[in-house]
Amino acid sequence: MRIERHPILGQLAEAREITLRVDGRVVKAREGEPIAAALAAAGIRVHRYTAKRSEARGILCAIGQCTDCAMIVNGMANVRTCITPVADGMVVETQRGVGRRSEM
Amino acid sequence: MSVVDVLVVGAGPAGLAAGIEVAKRGGRVCVVDRNLEPGGQLVKQIHKFFGSREHHAGVRGVDIAAQLLEEARALGVTLRLGWEVFAIQPGHAVDIVQAVADDATGSAGDAPTERFDARSVVLAAGAEENALQFEGWTLAGVMGAGAAQTLINVWRVRPGKRVLMVGAGNVGLIVTYQLLQAGVTVAAIIEAAPRIGGYGVHAAKIRRAGVPILTSHTILRAEGVECVEGAVVAQVDGTWCPIEGTERRFDVDVICVAVGLHPNTRLASLAGCRLVFSPALGGWVPLHNAFLETTVPGIYVAGDAAGIEEASTALEEGRLAGIAAYERLRDVDAEGHAEIAAIQRRLDDLRGGPFCGGIRAAKSALQTTGETPCPAT
Amino acid sequence: MPGNLSQDGYLSLDELRSAPGVPSHDRMRRGPVAVIECVQEIPCNPCEAACPHHAIRVGTPITNCPVLDPEKCTGCGLCVTQCPGLAIFVVDLSRSGETAAVTLPYEYLPLPEAGELVDVVDRSGEVVGRGRVLRAATTRATDRTAAVTVEVAREHGMNVRGIRREEVDGNGHDR
Repeated sequence: MRIERHPILGQLAEAREITLRVDGRVVKAREGEPIAAALAAAGIRVHRYTAKRSEARGILCAIGQCTDCAMIVNGMANVRTCITPVADGMVVETQRGVGRRSEM
Repeated sequence: MSVVDVLVVGAGPAGLAAGIEVAKRGGRVCVVDRNLEPGGQLVKQIHKFFGSREHHAGVRGVDIAAQLLEEARALGVTLRLGWEVFAIQPGHAVDIVQAVADDATGSAGDAPTERFDARSVVLAAGAEENALQFEGWTLAGVMGAGAAQTLINVWRVRPGKRVLMVGAGNVGLIVTYQLLQAGVTVAAIIEAAPRIGGYGVHAAKIRRAGVPILTSHTILRAEGVECVEGAVVAQVDGTWCPIEGTERRFDVDVICVAVGLHPNTRLASLAGCRLVFSPALGGWVPLHNAFLETTVPGIYVAGDAAGIEEASTALEEGRLAGIAAYERLRDVDAEGHAEIAAIQRRLDDLRGGPFCGGIRAAKSALQTTGETPCPAT
Repeated sequence: MPGNLSQDGYLSLDELRSAPGVPSHDRMRRGPVAVIECVQEIPCNPCEAACPHHAIRVGTPITNCPVLDPEKCTGCGLCVTQCPGLAIFVVDLSRSGETAAVTLPYEYLPLPEAGELVDVVDRSGEVVGRGRVLRAATTRATDRTAAVTVEVAREHGMNVRGIRREEVDGNGHDR
């Protein structure tokens, strides 16, 4: 799902590989990109489930305004994955509901 | 607490242009943006701009963004990236909170905050994409057209394999073209109105690439369990109602919604600026005069936050707001007035032609009477 | 197929015939000439500055539609890659062998190669025949907009405005 070659943007530049754990699964990422970019590249589209009806949510605005992409990151809930950059060893989990107090 | 002459919210074309004008005049300016990557939406515009040479015509938006950033940095404009403004107090104490921690660790309750004491504030936080509610609209894979543009042009990731684009205004047409350039198939563009709203040349590019445009069509539902697997559309009649028997299904995994933008007015509202509802400008917008000052003295607004237009007008409004915010107009000398007049002339040029009639009327009405005209339809 | 710009998203031949940027058939028979398919009043004028022969006029206000002076135009094609709307083409109906050459702007990958045979499409994206790529190139000055020249049947000189693209993935590989 990565766009390696692009007629205007050119060849995708080299970037240091970062390793994330997403719901226990290893996902490779590129240094500097937001978490949601790595998930999208890996074909992961569901970021969380709503509190009342457990409905799946994924990227909607992609610029940090709508919170549909929020996940639990390194134990912290409600992290907007579309604006938060990846980091080595980052632990990302699908969020269910609004997050428990311990995850806030 | 830091003291600045001007605090600018948003590092898109309007915000950066404002920061540059303040810095050129020797003022202390800080531009705050929640994104670690500055440039706003401009950095995603990979097509060549229209306008004239002074409007950067023929230059790709992404390259204009790079030029702006370089100029801002060279002038010593302070950029606080990854921070969000959450309060503007009377007298312009501006509070910001770190939105994106360097390593996403720590808890939200402990996120660092800072306070700025600003003589003036420029609100240039842009717009939000309008949502469209239809059955299945919350499925993963339904996203704004702008969101898809962020994925393909910034993240270099395709949102899926096949897209249905909803909306044939310029955003829908341009993002469709960019999806094709990114190697994504666009099954069709649907548009509820009987006419294509965007420029003919943008439509022509995608029509000759084989993308159909179905006018007088609406989306009935997105199909899928958690993610989009298909979309069902139908023709609409003269009263916008779906016509029975015209349903048609598209096999797509992404539905892009391009049904307009509305100005981001949260901070303006918090700060006590009077808002007016202007359909031509995209909805609620802070009332502002010809110098882009809102009803709260010292608070200015520029770019899409002052009414939905384009990057080129955002740039010019940013310049104007930067000058006005720094000088507070009492102190503007003859040279400053000449610059402001030149900016206003360039804005008039950009707002010329039949596509911008509504915007011209709306801006003019806002700035003279404080009222908004009723739509002509 | 007749078209209507605001309905179908492309210009019909009737709409084109009255456009000030579209030269006469006679002029096309005499040699390559620009065909500016721009009929809406949008503030935009890079075409005017792009032409070294001053054959394109927009003037003020910049919402004026571009007017082509077909006698000054040499068909050099510099305007093709400068138009932000990708709305300018060069058509040459003077070639022998019942063929025409159409130069069009192209911003996709893979870029076609000279000698390649391609399906050529009209403004609605429908394939109208086959064509042979004569030239396909970008230069620094064209800023990543390629100018592609295809040889097509002469009767398609005013129809062909694109090349059919295979469904490709982002890396230029066929799906």
